[in-house]
Amino acid sequence: MKRQWTLLLGMLGATPKKPQTVPQPAREIMARKYADKTGFIEEKLRARADHAVSHKWRNRRWAVLTVVNLLFVVSFWLDIQMLEGALTGSRFVGFHMIDLNAALQVMLAHKHIIVNLVIGALTVFVLWVMLGGRSFCSWVCPYHLVSELAEKAHLALVRKKLVSEHEFHRGTRTFCWLLFAALGFLSGYTVFETLSPTGILSRALIYGPGLALAWVLVLLLFEIFYSRRAWCRYVCPIGLTYGVVGALSPTRVVFRVEQCFHEGDCRKVCLVPHVLDVTIKGRADAKVMSLGPDCTRCGLCLDACPNGALQFDVKGLSRLL
Amino acid sequence: MNDLAPQTSSPANPSARSLSRRQQARRVFLRSLALVGGILGLALSAYVPLLRGRFTRLRPPGALNEADFLAACIKCGQCLQVCPVNAIKLGDIDEGFGIGVPYIDARAQACDFSCDAMQCVLACPTGALTYDKPDFLPVRPGASLPAPPVLKAKANDPENTLNLQERMGVARLARPEACLAVQGKGFRGSARGPEFKGMLRYTEVDRWKPVPIHEHPYDVPLCDLCARACPVADAIELRARRGADGVERMTPEALSACVGCGVCEMICPTEPAAIVVDAQAVWEGAT
Repeated sequence: MKRQWTLLLGMLGATPKKPQTVPQPAREIMARKYADKTGFIEEKLRARADHAVSHKWRNRRWAVLTVVNLLFVVSFWLDIQMLEGALTGSRFVGFHMIDLNAALQVMLAHKHIIVNLVIGALTVFVLWVMLGGRSFCSWVCPYHLVSELAEKAHLALVRKKLVSEHEFHRGTRTFCWLLFAALGFLSGYTVFETLSPTGILSRALIYGPGLALAWVLVLLLFEIFYSRRAWCRYVCPIGLTYGVVGALSPTRVVFRVEQCFHEGDCRKVCLVPHVLDVTIKGRADAKVMSLGPDCTRCGLCLDACPNGALQFDVKGLSRLL
Repeated sequence: MNDLAPQTSSPANPSARSLSRRQQARRVFLRSLALVGGILGLALSAYVPLLRGRFTRLRPPGALNEADFLAACIKCGQCLQVCPVNAIKLGDIDEGFGIGVPYIDARAQACDFSCDAMQCVLACPTGALTYDKPDFLPVRPGASLPAPPVLKAKANDPENTLNLQERMGVARLARPEACLAVQGKGFRGSARGPEFKGMLRYTEVDRWKPVPIHEHPYDVPLCDLCARACPVADAIELRARRGADGVERMTPEALSACVGCGVCEMICPTEPAAIVVDAQAVWEGAT
């Protein structure tokens, strides 16, 4: 319970702390791992040499993201009526689906509860509780994909020392969430929707491009030249909304400290590296640990880990199998 | 990771280390503040198009009052997808809070109620387009229709009205000097030329399917295309009106049954249209 609370605070912006006491089981694992130091290093080098760099999860995820967004597009273009609407609101073979953050904005701005909106939002809520909350971000959001490509460009520029990295405080996103909620309520307009690159890109794909894409381009340039994944990391309230959903989700990534060499490859590829704080030597305080609600379940860390210390897991289900 | 609180310093050079950490934390804090300020500024700049009133858009039938409509619309475009004549478009970012919100450019393609039942209203998941406006939402004076509009295409059906309580706007002869009827002229040919892509349902051609307007040429001794094409019964007619010069001329006039669908504006053969729909306008004449 305390761990859940810490993870929630971590998502809101708190910096992960070193555990004050590490319980016996975790201590034993560490002691065993480092008992034979040369053996440990040998094993590490062997694992690294054997690790075929794979993009398994990334490729699966990109495929899913593309298919979902294409389903919206062809539903309209070919009139096959599978998934009508856009990411903010749609009907999947007739069932209402309403994006949780968009529903929140509409309710705050309009100040009336609309039955179809509640039904659609509840459907989406249950869906993402099952699928892992922020998995919406990495497996569905079209901005996530273009931002991932911008990130590659950004990291290349940083490597060549052409630009430097600028971090913001992670609590900024929490503040922005509150800000957009307050703006929606006070102004009576769905203020966030005007800036949301998720909605803009989704509509642009389905209904054709417009001027709004210029704003998305500005965001991407900001991320390429100034700050890595800035929108997703420090601003987007959709991410935080789905993060809260993810706190209830059984679908997660778990970390097994026993298999970890504490090299930090996972943290280098992660959108939200603070969730991987447990992979730092001495930070894990249990044999198996969930990465928590802010994890987008994107699987980049699974691909990066040479030793399988990070795995997808469905609470309860994995035990059954 | 970022850290606002200075951490315990290293034993090597405690004061210098903690000072640089504090500086770093301060920089991150100020940078974050600037980011929030920038986001807030951009969000508020979306007010500008509204304040300047640049976009008084013709909204689809059954839309709530403008402010409520912008609030209730979830910007998904499902209304656009079901429209049989593709009359509905979505606002762009230059409309501020109107981004992704549906509107109708009547001159390009008006709502001709080809669907009979207002599919866009059925498609709307949030009640931003609605048949029955909830009681707590106000109705602007002059916005309600005196009676349910009778759809010409449904004239012979047992239920011949449209479930529409409020008008989208009101038609107005904006340029009487350009109006062919006022000039006593007839019209012959394709109303908007061969290139025009707009569609209209002609019951005499097909009760159910709208056809391109250019496939349906006219030949009338006195131009009355606006009244002829109007999908609603008794919403517009040509009346003899005496001008300032004392000469009586046939003049198209919207009646209180006008729903503001914009078909008259679309079909008007003069360029630009002599008759236009004032979006979101209410009925001000006698009923």
